[in-house]
Amino acid sequence: MGRKLDPTTYVKKGPGRKSRKQKGAETELAKFLTDEDTAPKRLSSRSRKRAGKRAQVTKKPKESIEKEEPKKGFTDENSEWLKPAKRKREVGQSDNEDDSDSQWEQEEDEGQEGGENNKGKKLLIEGDGDDDDLVDDYGALEDSSEGEGEVDGDGEELLPIERAARKQKKLQEAMGQESDDDDEDDDKRKSGDEDMDEDDTVQANLDEMDKFILPGAEEIAKEGVLLVDLQTIHQRIKDNVDVLSHFATKREEGKERTEYLSLLKKDLSTYYSYNNFLIDKLLDIFPVSELIDFLEANEIQRPVTIRTNTLKTRRRDLAQALINRGVNLDPLGKWSKVGLVIFDSSVPIGATPEYLAGHYMLQGASSFLPVMALSPQEGETVLDMSSAPGGKTTYMAQLMRNTGVIVANDASADRLKSVVGNIHRLGVTNSMICNYDGRQFPKVMGGFDRVLLDAPCSGTGVISKDPAVKTSKDESDIQRLAHLQKELILAAIDSVNAESPSGGYLVYCTCSIMVEENEWVVDYALKKRNVKLVQTGLDFGKEGFTRFKERRFHPSLKLSRRFYPHSHNMDGFFVAKLKKFSNTVPTTAVEKDGEEETKPSEAVEVTANSSDEDGPSKAGSKNKSKKQKPVPGKPAMSQKATANGKPAKSIGKKTTNPSTLKKSEKPTGQKKAKIAKMDGGTVKVDGELKKSNTVKTEGETTKELKEGSRFEKKGDKQRKSPTQSKKRMGKNKFNKLKKLLKKEEVGQ
Amino acid sequence: MRPLTDDETKTMFEKLSKYIGENIKHLVDRPDGTYCFRLHNDRVYYISETILKLATNISRGKLVSVGTCFGKFTKTIKFRLHITALDFLAPYAKFKVWVKPGQEQSFLYGNHVLKSGLGRITENTNQYQGVVVYSMADVPLGFGVAAKSTQECRRVDPMSIVVFHQADIGEFIRSEDTLT
Repeated sequence: MGRKLDPTTYVKKGPGRKSRKQKGAETELAKFLTDEDTAPKRLSSRSRKRAGKRAQVTKKPKESIEKEEPKKGFTDENSEWLKPAKRKREVGQSDNEDDSDSQWEQEEDEGQEGGENNKGKKLLIEGDGDDDDLVDDYGALEDSSEGEGEVDGDGEELLPIERAARKQKKLQEAMGQESDDDDEDDDKRKSGDEDMDEDDTVQANLDEMDKFILPGAEEIAKEGVLLVDLQTIHQRIKDNVDVLSHFATKREEGKERTEYLSLLKKDLSTYYSYNNFLIDKLLDIFPVSELIDFLEANEIQRPVTIRTNTLKTRRRDLAQALINRGVNLDPLGKWSKVGLVIFDSSVPIGATPEYLAGHYMLQGASSFLPVMALSPQEGETVLDMSSAPGGKTTYMAQLMRNTGVIVANDASADRLKSVVGNIHRLGVTNSMICNYDGRQFPKVMGGFDRVLLDAPCSGTGVISKDPAVKTSKDESDIQRLAHLQKELILAAIDSVNAESPSGGYLVYCTCSIMVEENEWVVDYALKKRNVKLVQTGLDFGKEGFTRFKERRFHPSLKLSRRFYPHSHNMDGFFVAKLKKFSNTVPTTAVEKDGEEETKPSEAVEVTANSSDEDGPSKAGSKNKSKKQKPVPGKPAMSQKATANGKPAKSIGKKTTNPSTLKKSEKPTGQKKAKIAKMDGGTVKVDGELKKSNTVKTEGETTKELKEGSRFEKKGDKQRKSPTQSKKRMGKNKFNKLKKLLKKEEVGQ
Repeated sequence: MRPLTDDETKTMFEKLSKYIGENIKHLVDRPDGTYCFRLHNDRVYYISETILKLATNISRGKLVSVGTCFGKFTKTIKFRLHITALDFLAPYAKFKVWVKPGQEQSFLYGNHVLKSGLGRITENTNQYQGVVVYSMADVPLGFGVAAKSTQECRRVDPMSIVVFHQADIGEFIRSEDTLT
């Protein structure tokens, strides 16, 4: 309302103050311009000063201008209303200047010079309006140009001004007025510059990029001292990624890729709060652009998902009941018949009467996958080695319709309480819950049809749930976990019964994306045991790595599946399904690693040792298929034990997977006892001989031998159980073995 | 894990029959196999025989739970029925009480059922009879003891208690630790 009312120009009143203002500006400007047309241009002192500045300014903006265009993120937001070229440039430049550290950091060449120039330029343009009439807008404009957030405001406000300025230039050019020679030149140059600028955009981009990546040690030190603006870092990250993606074209001469990468690493750790170790690891796994997606996805939560308990209800009944309570939900996807995703809810999802009645369970979508891959059948015996808090266990129970047996184990007694609670709540009746360390498992019970191992991991796939992982993990953690996982997977394999009529499967899964915990562990298992990878049955997800950095894995690793938060919108996960095709445990003849399939001529003691270990140490269950002892070359043993099936077989049959395994000692005692029993008359002799051997070689094995007898008893029980197949060797086979042994003895 | 002694069995069956009467035999003889009760750490577990066999492999200190826990024996050899037995009581319940939707939450928090929240009640319920509490959608919510007989319930004022709360499914969240 502070405008002068000029009777000559009547401002039509329209809707909205803003529009009125804009109209007012235009009309006022037009008025101003027309005045100039009629009369020779009269410049106030301020205008003269501005004109002088303009002369300086026009040269500089050229460089910075082009750089801004491609770089500036705001172009995305404002692309609808922002017209290309001039306007963008101006706004962008002001933004750049406003990046607080742009002036500090020489890296930010983009902003520095251009910014100042822009400011001057802006003032110039705005000043034109100011001269004539006091327009609040322009004043606001000037102020707002300081703040980055005012971009839109600037843009909108500038429109009429820019139009006016353009008009002015055109007029001046057309008129050829000399009152402002500089102005004219400037204008010409400006218009010329604009055209050229757009042409030179690409090249200028390159220049700017290179300049951007240049921080030397000093600048980095400066950065460390000063508080760095996150916006700046974010922009720098984007630019860096851009350069790295088009390295050949966008790189700066003389700058190595490693320099760009090291800067990127540093920026990423600062911006997303990761420690350096983790960023390094992630850079190894993901290409740079995907890495950004991954990191961004880790900042937001995955959607809440629930699993219908089909033992008590159906999905559509449950969905109906929940909708009636005010929950907004949808089926999870084509791949699941029991999953529902919750968008929002007016009641707490974890406390509805349906939840309490056990109609559903809160479970992450990625946790459905290993159970779907395992697909336990009705009547099977299944083991869940790390079952807490019980989501996967209860899913397995519902797939099995409460038949068969599920053994739910967890090493943590505290977390087992939640397993008990969930099992009772969901109405699972066929389960047993125990509190063992998973590595003890084949000893406690074996001969399972299927085993699920959700190994304890670093949790790098569930960073969105637990941001502490970003900073708390380092090399030793990962190695310790990998070691534990290897032990667990071997124990799990040993607990599976390969001869199960309907099963013989193991699913290994982790909620981590590290190769050390996933592919490496599975590859290790492939080498150490008679297992092979099979299809998981999950038709989506990324294939596992078959090679990674300097490591080469078995090619079948591509049957395993990886899931990522940014590509599948579920927690990071890894699933691998293994089938055990033989209950024997592949071993190397010698006790030491590195020797495979030693010849019988090897030292008797050595072979004796290994045979002692190897013989009893059979895969998993207390199967008494001694025929399968793949201990190559045990002539020594055969000499001692006449009817010792072990050595004979070992000579006769080669293991399919020659490995450098040193057998775990636990099965030793079992096997020995079983063999002893089998050998009938020669039992005690052989047993004692064996015992003495073991005593010589390893004192520990004697203990196991004693334990073996205990286990043997249990083994009997297990044998009688209907779920376990008959494992004893038949009479004829036994005789055949005897003959073989004798032949070998003769042969050697 | 050991089988129940006679006394213990008697005590437990008495308690159960308060809720399900003579249907206890349905619990033991089932079409899909024989089920039995076993005692472990003072808790009574209801399991099928196939599981029983495998469960003997697990050592006593490491076994946390088998099958379904029905309840526990207190130090004075009284049997206390837990909410975890609800799945087996509900289908065989003789006397039932239905709670109105508004009062559902209150019961789930552990409060007694008032006359104002009473939806339906089976006929001929005696006083102090064990009852199973349902929601109006026939979802079992827990069990309790009738404070008044059916006839009395009709006459009594809205703020008086009609069912004493004994166990409800809200306990799965409230007292998860006591389940084991």
